[in-house]
Amino acid sequence: MREITYREALNEALLEEMEKDPNVFLLGEDIAIYGGAYGVTAGLWKKYGDERVLDTPISENAIVGTGLGAALTGMRPVAEIMYIDFIGLCLEQLNNQVAKIRYMFGGKCTVPLTIRTEGGAGRTLGAHHSQSLESWLIHIPGIKVVMPSTPYDAKGLLKASIRENNPVVFIEHKMLYNTKGPVSDEEYVLPIGVADIKREGKDVSLITYSRMTLFCLQAAEILAKEGISVEVVDLRTLLPMDTEAIINTVKKTNKVIIVEEDCKTGGTGAEITAQIMEKAFDYLDAPVVRVAGADVPMPKSPVLEKLAIPDTDSICQAVREILAR
Amino acid sequence: MTDKALAKKLLQQLMEIREFEDKIMDLLAKNIAEGGSHLYAGMEAVAVGVMSQLASDDYITSTHRGHGHAIAKDGDLNALMAEILGKKTGVCKGKGGSLHLADLSKGNLGANGIVAGGLGIATGAGLSMKLQKKDNIVVCFFGDGATNNGIFFECLNMAALWKLPVVYVCENNCYGMSVSVCRASAVEDISKKALAFGIPSETVDGQDVLAVREAAGKWIDYARSGKGPSFIVADTYRYYGHSRSDPRVYRTREEEKLWRDRDPIKLFSTKMMEQGILKEAEIKEIEEVVAKEINEAVEYAINSPFPEPEELYTDLYV
Repeated sequence: MREITYREALNEALLEEMEKDPNVFLLGEDIAIYGGAYGVTAGLWKKYGDERVLDTPISENAIVGTGLGAALTGMRPVAEIMYIDFIGLCLEQLNNQVAKIRYMFGGKCTVPLTIRTEGGAGRTLGAHHSQSLESWLIHIPGIKVVMPSTPYDAKGLLKASIRENNPVVFIEHKMLYNTKGPVSDEEYVLPIGVADIKREGKDVSLITYSRMTLFCLQAAEILAKEGISVEVVDLRTLLPMDTEAIINTVKKTNKVIIVEEDCKTGGTGAEITAQIMEKAFDYLDAPVVRVAGADVPMPKSPVLEKLAIPDTDSICQAVREILAR
Repeated sequence: MTDKALAKKLLQQLMEIREFEDKIMDLLAKNIAEGGSHLYAGMEAVAVGVMSQLASDDYITSTHRGHGHAIAKDGDLNALMAEILGKKTGVCKGKGGSLHLADLSKGNLGANGIVAGGLGIATGAGLSMKLQKKDNIVVCFFGDGATNNGIFFECLNMAALWKLPVVYVCENNCYGMSVSVCRASAVEDISKKALAFGIPSETVDGQDVLAVREAAGKWIDYARSGKGPSFIVADTYRYYGHSRSDPRVYRTREEEKLWRDRDPIKLFSTKMMEQGILKEAEIKEIEEVVAKEINEAVEYAINSPFPEPEELYTDLYV
C-alpha cells in the first residue's frame, strides 16, 4: 500500500469530501492562499476558490459562530482553529451554542459542523502554541472529540467527521503532520467512537491517543526485547469514549497505564481511570497508573519541554514498575 | 398609507406580545411559571415592525428577551407558552425555555442565553444564504449591551467584508441589565459603531411600528439585492425590570412614565383611528381576540404534561 503523510491524508479527506458534497466549505485563518499554518489545506483554494475556501479575519469566536449559523441553514462547514490554544477565544460559541443548540431546541435542528484544530508540544513554541486541551472539550455534552494518531485514521476519521450530522472537534497533532503511514487508494471512512488496538499484548495495557500512541508503540517495541508483552489501545475518539474497548483490555491484561500528553490534573486520563473504576475494577491487579503531562504551562526551552510530556523512557519505566508490583 | 388588513395584523401582533408578556408576569408572580423570564413588553413595535417586512423563509436570531421575536416571526402561541413553562408540548419540547425559544420551521434560529450569542449564528446564516445563492436574508436582533461584546465587532467586520445579507437590529432599551448605555458604551450613539466597518446605519423610533417597518423594509431590500449588511438602532424601552427579581433602582419612575406615555400600542392605535383606518370598535374586537387566544395559550400550557423522564437523554446527538 502507498505511504503518505498525516498532512497529505487530511488534505485528501478534505478534497474528497469537497468533491463529493457541494455544501462542504472551509473557513479559517490563513487556510486559503497560505494553505493553513501547517499546510493541511494546501491547494484547495486554488481548486475551489474563495467561495469554498474562506480566509477569515482573526476572529475565532465568529469563525465558530458563523460555522454554526451556516450548518443550521443547509451547509456543511469545516472550520479551522489554527491552534487549540486559541480555543478559549471561541469557547463561548462552541460550548454554549454549537454543543447545546440541538438539545435546547428539542432535537429540531442538526449541526453538521466540523472544527479542525491542532495541539500538542514538540516544536518548542512555548505556552501559547503547545497545549493539549482535549480534557476541556470532553466535558461538553453535545460535541464529539476525535484525535487520530496515524495517517490512515486521520483520513478515515476526518471524512467521517465531515459527514457526521453532529458537531465534531477534530484535534490533529502538530508533531504528526510529517509522519508517514499506509493509506489505501480506495475510498474508506472510519467510525467515530471506536478505539483501535494498535498492538496486541498480554502483560500490560497502554491506553492512549494522538501522538502518544507512537511513543507507546516505540516503548512496546523496546519492552518486547525484555520479554514484556504490551498492548497499545489507541482511543482515536475521546468523546464518545469507547469504554467497551477499555474494559476489554483491562480484562485481558489486568494492568493499565494511561499515557496522555495533557496536564495530569483533571486530564483525560482521570476520566478513563474513573470509567475503569466503575466498570472494570474487579479485573485490575494493580492500581491504574497515569503517565501524563506536567501540571505546568508548556515551557519554551527544548530541555524543559521534553520533560513536560511523556516519552518512551517514562512509559517504559512505568511499565516496568507496574509489572514489578 | 397603511391598509386596513395590514393595520389589523400589526395591531394584533403588538397586542399579542403585550398580553403574552403580562400573562407571564402574572404566572411568575403566582409561581406557576418557574425560573426567570425577560419580558419584551414596551418593545413590541421593534419585532412587529421588522417582521412585517420578512418573508416566512427569511431567518432571524433573537435574544434573551426573545418572546416578542418568536411571536412576531409567526410563532405558535400555545407552543411558545408551553415552552416557557417547560412542557412537553413546548416548541422545543420543554428543553429550551424562555431563553431558547426557537422554531427553525418558521425561520427563527433561536433566542439566546448569552448576550451577543446570536451574532455568529446570524452572520453564518447570512454566509450560508450567499454561498447557496438564495434570496433569503437574515435579521439579527440584539440589545445595546451586546454592542460592547467582542463577537459583535468580529461579526460586523466579517459581514461587511463578505457583503452578507444580514440586517443587524440593535434594540436599544437604554439599559444592559442595570447599567445605562452612557455608563457602558464610550459612544452613546450606538449607530456610529457600524460606521467603523463601512456599514450603513440608521436610528429609528422603536416605539413607532410604522417607522420601524419603513426602515426595516429599506434595509431588508438592501440586503436582498446583494448590497450587504446594514445596522438599525431602534430606541425603545422595556417596561418591566431586566428580570423578575429586578427592583429597578437604576431608573426613575418619571423616566418610566415618559416612555409609557409613548406606548407603541397606544401610539399605533391612536394614529390608525386618527387616519380613519381602524375604528374604535375594530380595535376592541382585536383586543378581545387577543385576550382569548392568550388565555387559551395559558390554559394549553398549564394543562400540558411535563416531558417524560426518558427525554433527559434524547435530542443530544442525531
